[in-house]
Amino acid sequence: MKEKATKVKNWPKELDAILSSHDNDKYILRLYVTGSTCRSVLALMNLEKICEEYLEGRYELQVVDLYQNPSLAKGDQIIAAPTLIKKLPLPFRRIIGDMSNKEKVLLGLDLRDKLK
Amino acid sequence: MKKLDHELSMKRLPKSPTGIKGFDEITGGGVPKGRPILVCGGAGCGKTLFAIEFLVRGATEFNEPGVFMSFEETNEELTINVASLGFDLKDLIRRKKLVLDHVHIERSEIEETGEYDLEALFIRLGYAIDSIGAKRVVLDTIESLFAGLPNQLILRAELRRLFRWLKEKGVTAIITGERGDDKLTRQGLEEYVSDCVIMLDHRVNEQTSTRRLRIVKYRGSMHGTNEYPFLIDETGFSVLPVTSLGLEHVVSNERVSSGISALDKMLEGKGYYRGSTVLVSGTAGVGKTSIAAHFAEAACKRGERVLFFCFEESPNQLIRNMLSIGIDLEPWVKKGLLQFHATRPTLYGLEMHLAVTHKAVNAFKPSIVILDPINTFVVSDKDIEIKTMLMRIVDFLKANQITALFTSLTSNESPLESSEAGISSLIDTWILLRDIELSGERNRGMYVLKSRGMANSNQIREFILTDHGVELREAYIGSKGVLTGSARIAQEAKESAELLIRKKDVERKKREIEQKRNALKAQISALHFEFESQESEAIKMIEIEQNQIKRLKLDKLQMAESRHAQIENVNIKKIKDK
Repeated sequence: MKEKATKVKNWPKELDAILSSHDNDKYILRLYVTGSTCRSVLALMNLEKICEEYLEGRYELQVVDLYQNPSLAKGDQIIAAPTLIKKLPLPFRRIIGDMSNKEKVLLGLDLRDKLK
Repeated sequence: MKKLDHELSMKRLPKSPTGIKGFDEITGGGVPKGRPILVCGGAGCGKTLFAIEFLVRGATEFNEPGVFMSFEETNEELTINVASLGFDLKDLIRRKKLVLDHVHIERSEIEETGEYDLEALFIRLGYAIDSIGAKRVVLDTIESLFAGLPNQLILRAELRRLFRWLKEKGVTAIITGERGDDKLTRQGLEEYVSDCVIMLDHRVNEQTSTRRLRIVKYRGSMHGTNEYPFLIDETGFSVLPVTSLGLEHVVSNERVSSGISALDKMLEGKGYYRGSTVLVSGTAGVGKTSIAAHFAEAACKRGERVLFFCFEESPNQLIRNMLSIGIDLEPWVKKGLLQFHATRPTLYGLEMHLAVTHKAVNAFKPSIVILDPINTFVVSDKDIEIKTMLMRIVDFLKANQITALFTSLTSNESPLESSEAGISSLIDTWILLRDIELSGERNRGMYVLKSRGMANSNQIREFILTDHGVELREAYIGSKGVLTGSARIAQEAKESAELLIRKKDVERKKREIEQKRNALKAQISALHFEFESQESEAIKMIEIEQNQIKRLKLDKLQMAESRHAQIENVNIKKIKDK
């Protein structure tokens, strides 16, 4: 993965931060759910599976129940549930749904490209 | 009976007053309480403003805090945008009367990965509502969700749930929606929000734009169905309930002076009725504004408020011009009794003018309104529109017992009576000014064409503008019509000359008679003398004759005596004594 990135010539400097975060491979994720509905549970299960598979040991996942922390919805601009926020690495992404479409989750987590 | 009324009112749909000027009147109390209301319209028609005013009024006037959930503008943008209307959102937020929540959806950030719902939005909204105990909610414009979230099936189902949830929450919610091509809203929100639908419109007609509001539907309530013009200005939103208020206004028997004593005399010596509508029409430069200024001045002198709409001159120009005929309006302006509103009629559409008039009248509360002139509205050339607009103005002013004076310019070609945008039937007192061209002069004539409810003069007077105001003169009827100006002066001179001649004639006749009498007297005395002399002569003759007779008798007796003749029964002595 690292090799691939360095191969690119004339890489814009602004993207260095993004690159370095990629390099650090530190994923900070936050999953917003609404109580323990089956959709919430499904999302959490799917996500954990993906994370374990692709990001083992280099991710932080925080699960927020909006029913208990309703004020947090405003700060992270949450409207749909479940919503997964990828805070780091940049770019910022929100992945909504029960995470049953694995391909799309990987796309959202910017893991899709790198697999190829 | 009272109980029944009470029961009925209990069953009636509870309403939530919006506090928006005029809107509560046409809806009979506001929007349905505790239900979602759809406000739709094209871009820039004022949906957001309507919504925000609903919240601000609710928070400030009805103690109903509100939540504004914006899907378009950020909180900062919104705060700045409505600050121009005098709404201080920051203060309201500080006082926990308002919550602004900007929902930002960035399509590029979102990845859909399966089933989801909008429960988070519900929680977010619910949290905002509960944090200040909100009674009112605005969602502006929820249709933005359709752009952000691709799964329409989920979205539609969730929207339906959202509106039901709002109802259950018991909040009065305004949902705005962009107007669609063949539907009220682009995404067919009217399908979900069906209790009350308000449509805003922004139409450009003849290069002037008019904002209009229409209540498309309102379940369980009576409402006006017309399109009502509305206005957005520095004090917010105002809807104008401008449909004809009917003809049930109270009438006054009070009279108000026209400010011109001679004109008052033509109107039974008292002037116009209070609350009546006066039209002063005439060709250019005949002095319509001067009559209006007189009226205004007279009212100000009585201490009444006058609202003067001038559509042709600026207030300063008008004041200066009126000073030239001896009417000083400036002190009244300074005293606050006279207020000018100068706008070009082309500035906005007819409804807008009506709206402005309404607003100004409601704010200033005048007892007299002057519109000078009304026919500058005729730019649009739509008589029916102008007529309905004027009818609305007339009805509105009448309902408020305001005496209105309109001036109207008639062109020389059109007949004097027909041109006034067909509004003659609306007018109570119609004063017609006309110019009379005669012997190389153009003079002004004035007459009262009609005046409902009074025995007005039928005379044409000459109308003169002097440096001390308007004067009316008796006009002369000559062979070619009314004599005015120098023709009148000539006529006056002629008449006074004639009078002089007549007077002399009379004197001469008197003298003649006197002479005749004198002559006759002389004749009489002469005859008298003649008669007297004749008489004395006759007497003399008679005496002589008698003496002679006596003499003869005496002679006879003497003769007899001398003869000693016996005379029968005759005593000579007696005769002698005689």
